[in-house]
Amino acid sequence: MSANTYQLSQEDKKFVGLHIFFAVLALSIGTLFGPLQALEHSGLDLYPYLQPLFKSYYQGLTLHGVLNALVWTTFFITGFLTLVVIVGLKRELRYPKLNRVGFWTMVVGLVMAAIPILLNEASVLYTFYPPLKAHWAFYLGLTLVVVGSWIEGYGFFFTFAAWRKENPGVRSPFIALAAVITMGMWQIATLGVAAEILTMLLPWSLGLIEGTDPQLARTYFWFTGHPLVYFWLLPAYISWYGMLPKQAGGKLFSDSLGRFAFWLFFLLSVPLGFHHQYVDPGVPAGWKFLHALLTYSVFFPSMLTAFTVIASLEYAGRQNGGKGLLGWIRALPWNNPSVSAQLFAGILFFFGGISGLANASYNVNLVLHNTAWVPGHFHLTVASAVTLSFWGISYWLVPYITGKKLLNEKTATWANWLWFIGMIIFSNAMHVLGLLGAPRRTPLGLAPYIPEEWSGHLLRVGIGGSIMFIGAVLFVVTVARTAWSKKAEPAEVEVPVAEAIHDPQDTPQWLDAFKPWLIGTIALIIIAYGPQLVDQIANISLNAPGGKVW
Amino acid sequence: MSTKTSMHIDPYERNWMIVSIVLLLGFATAIAVAAFAFGIQVPSPEQRVDPRTVAESGPWAEPGLRELSPGKYEAYILARTWLFQPREITVPVGSKVTFYVTSADVQHGFKLQNTNLNVQVIPGQVSKLTITFDEPGDYNYICTEYCGNGHAAMFGTVHVTP
Repeated sequence: MSANTYQLSQEDKKFVGLHIFFAVLALSIGTLFGPLQALEHSGLDLYPYLQPLFKSYYQGLTLHGVLNALVWTTFFITGFLTLVVIVGLKRELRYPKLNRVGFWTMVVGLVMAAIPILLNEASVLYTFYPPLKAHWAFYLGLTLVVVGSWIEGYGFFFTFAAWRKENPGVRSPFIALAAVITMGMWQIATLGVAAEILTMLLPWSLGLIEGTDPQLARTYFWFTGHPLVYFWLLPAYISWYGMLPKQAGGKLFSDSLGRFAFWLFFLLSVPLGFHHQYVDPGVPAGWKFLHALLTYSVFFPSMLTAFTVIASLEYAGRQNGGKGLLGWIRALPWNNPSVSAQLFAGILFFFGGISGLANASYNVNLVLHNTAWVPGHFHLTVASAVTLSFWGISYWLVPYITGKKLLNEKTATWANWLWFIGMIIFSNAMHVLGLLGAPRRTPLGLAPYIPEEWSGHLLRVGIGGSIMFIGAVLFVVTVARTAWSKKAEPAEVEVPVAEAIHDPQDTPQWLDAFKPWLIGTIALIIIAYGPQLVDQIANISLNAPGGKVW
Repeated sequence: MSTKTSMHIDPYERNWMIVSIVLLLGFATAIAVAAFAFGIQVPSPEQRVDPRTVAESGPWAEPGLRELSPGKYEAYILARTWLFQPREITVPVGSKVTFYVTSADVQHGFKLQNTNLNVQVIPGQVSKLTITFDEPGDYNYICTEYCGNGHAAMFGTVHVTP
C-alpha cells in the first residue's frame, strides 16, 4: 500500500510541521486560560494572582478565544490541507514559494495581533464587537492572518488547476477536492470580516473616522462568523471521510455522497449568518426567518456526513470481524489513539449538533441567546469535533513529518479520554446553566444576581474544565516529546488515505466541477444577503465612537 | 470516462436522506407555527437613534416607566457602562409592558430572566420587546453581552407586585 502513497519532500514536511508547531503553541497558551475561566465559575478566581501579567478575566478570555478558536484552527488547517493537497494529488505544490509567503504573512499577523492582546490593549474577545475599541495592530494582525490563509489557498488552487491539466478526464481525488472546496468557501466567507475591518474598524482605530456602525459591523462579522465554523469542521470531515476509514481498516462508503456533502457545504455555509443575529434590533424578522430555513438546510449535509462516516466505520468494523447489530463498534481499533480521538470527536459532535439545532431554531434561540448554552455548544463543536479530530490527525501527522514513532500511545490515549470525559461534564453543565439563564462571557463569581440553583452546575464547570486541561497538557506533551525527545524511535509512517468502495470514476461529473456550484453559491448569497446588505450599507451611521472600557 | 449523471445511492442512504428532510421540515414547521400563529417573534427594526446624544434628549434622557393606560406601560431603559437606567421598575401583576432599550456607549445585552425576552442592545438601535406579567415576583434583567470591566455586575429588576 505504501507505494500508493505519495511522499512529501523533506522541505514540505518541514513546512507542514511549522504550521503544526504554531498551531500547538497557540493551543498551549490559549488552553492555559480555560481552567482559569472554568474555576472562576466554581468560585475559585485565580486571576488576582496573575497580576500584573494578566489584567483581567476578559483579557484571559480574549487570549483563550483568539488563540484556540482562530489561531490553533487556522494554522493547523492550512498545514494539514497542504499535506492533503500534495498527497491527494500526488504532486508538488505548483508554486511552493507562494504558499511560504502566505504562511509567513499569517505568522506576522499573529505576532501583530498578539502583542496588543498581551498588553491588555485588545481585550475585546474573539468576536471583537465594536464599538469596543482595540488597538489598530490587533485588527491589522487579524487581517494579515486572513490574507495569509487566502494566499495559501491560492497556492492550493493553482496546484489543483495544474493537476487538472495534467490529468484530463480523471476524477479529482476526493481529499484534494475537499481541501480545495474548503479553501474556496473560506475565500468567499471572509469577504465579510474583510469589509468590516478594512472599511470600518481599521480606519476607526487609526483615528481616521470618528465612529462605527455596530449593527452593520455585526452583519459583516456574521457573514464570516458562521462559515468560519465550517472552515474548522470541513478539515475534520476530510479526515473522517478520507482517512479515518483506512485507519479503522475499511473504505469510504460513498465517494459521490462525500463530494455531494462538501459541495452542499460550499453552497450553504455562507448565506445563513443572520441566525447569529436573531435578537439584533437592526435586522428584520423576515430575513432572520429565511436564514433560519437556510440554516436547517445546511444541517442536511451534516446528516449525510453522519451516515457516510458511520457506514464507513461499520464496514471497517465488519472487515475486522465485528458481528451483529453493534458488534462492529467494538471491533474498531479503539486502542489506536488517532482513531479513538476521532471517534470521541464524532460522539461529542452528535450532542453538539443537537444543541446547535436549538440555537438555529429562530424563536427557540430567545431562551438561549448569549447564555452559557452557547459556549457549551461550541465546545462540543470546535473544541471537540474539530479539536479532538486534529489531535487524532496529529498522532500520525507529527510522526510522519518527524519520521519518529509517537511518544507515546499511552499518553495520547489518556489525553483523549480525559478531554472526552471532562468535556461531557463541562458542556452538560454549561448547557444546563444556559437554560437557567446564566450569561456567557461573564465572570459569574462577581455577578450579584446568581440564584442558588446554579451553584452545583457552576461547580461542574470547574471540575470538567480541570479534567479537560489535564488532557490538553498530555496532548501537548505527547506531540512535543515525539518531535523533540531523544527517546523517540525512528519510524516509517504513511499518510492514511482511504479508498472508496465504488470507483470514483463512476462519480458523476457535476460532483467534480466548480462552475455550477460557484454560480449557485454566489446567486444564493445575493438572494439571502443582497437586499439587507444594500439596505444596511445605504443607511450606515458611523456614530458610535466607543472606546476602551476594560 | 464515465458519462453517468446520477449518483450511486445505497437504499439505506436514500431512506436516511428522506428521514433527514422530513425531520428538518418538521422543525421548520414547528418554529413557523410558534412564530406566526402563537406570536413568539424575534425583534425587528424599531427606530434608530444617535448614541452620542441619546442620554441628553428624547425619552432616554429620563429613562423609566410610563403608564399609558391602566395596566399598560412602556419602559425606556438606557444601558451604559455598567448599569441599566433605571435599575428597578415596579408594576402590578397582569401589566403589559413594552420595553424600549438602547445603549449610550458599547453593545450590551438585555435578558429578562425566566421569560422569553432577550435582545441585543446596540448603540444606534432601539430594541423593542413586549411582555405581559402574569406571575408576581422579581424578574432580573441582566446584561448578557461583554461590555467592559463592570459587565458582571450590570443588572436591574422588575418587581411585579400581587
